[in-house]
Amino acid sequence: MTRKTWAFEDFVEGTSIDLGARTVTAEEIVEFASEFDPQPMHLDREAGEASILGGLSASGWHTSAIYMRMICDAFLLDSTGQGSPGVDRIKWKRPVLAGDRLGGTATVVASRPLKSRPSLGLVTFRSELVNQRGETVFEMENSVMFLKREAAS
Amino acid sequence: MTLDEFFEIGVPVDIGSHTFDAAAIKAFARKYDPQPFHLDEDLARESVLGGLCASGWHTAAAWMKRNVDTPVKRWTGQGPEPVFGPSPGITNLKWLKPVYAGETISFSRTALSHRAMASRPGWSVLTVRAEGVDSTGAKVIEFDSAVLVKVA
Repeated sequence: MTRKTWAFEDFVEGTSIDLGARTVTAEEIVEFASEFDPQPMHLDREAGEASILGGLSASGWHTSAIYMRMICDAFLLDSTGQGSPGVDRIKWKRPVLAGDRLGGTATVVASRPLKSRPSLGLVTFRSELVNQRGETVFEMENSVMFLKREAAS
Repeated sequence: MTLDEFFEIGVPVDIGSHTFDAAAIKAFARKYDPQPFHLDEDLARESVLGGLCASGWHTAAAWMKRNVDTPVKRWTGQGPEPVFGPSPGITNLKWLKPVYAGETISFSRTALSHRAMASRPGWSVLTVRAEGVDSTGAKVIEFDSAVLVKVA
């Protein structure tokens, strides 16, 4: 296995990882919604403007998937990550509108070895995505399993 | 008809199934979750997950598709028909078992409760339990989703 930058031991409590930035286009909002969440406010600009979201807006599941891609590119693909058992909570705090530019951070809030699987540890992150106006649009708390450095080498 | 009857509080509703074929698993993963065990059969076999399997976000999004495509009951109560709006979030999402390529997941929703929003007169928050089980009957995903509903 190629040596990865991030193994379980590297996710020290308090570590904050920058997630880069990504612009959400109208085209991808409609594409995702057509396949997975075909509600009018995710498919059509006028319907979005008429809704309480105030414009063509991404499905919350799309925003979650975008977050996933951002953590993949920021650190997960260069880690010993072995999947996730779940998510404690997601808050879709504000609409993600077509053209919004999202940045964010993932912060390690807890880290513990797994008794049941000695080669693995579980890392809990608290993450947020913020738009170009400085508004938090997405908050999440979730856990990911990582191989320990020794088990990955 | 009361709102409890309209929402079918406590009643599991079958919202249909979705088959995750290998090509769709990889297509979703290429865009949103390009971890090796969602992209490549050989690398997946070497991973903790043991085989090519869908991104957990793909499974959740497939639930949403079935949910949106499954109509609610027809409103026969007093006043205007309730209108479903966006979701403020979810809690307790668990990916209990990998969804392997070729697997068919049967999804359901169960409305748990609803309450009026103090901050948004005329709107309520409905909490819905989402679940998916595989062809052996084992649960692969569950979460509780909140959704805003305009009720007045």
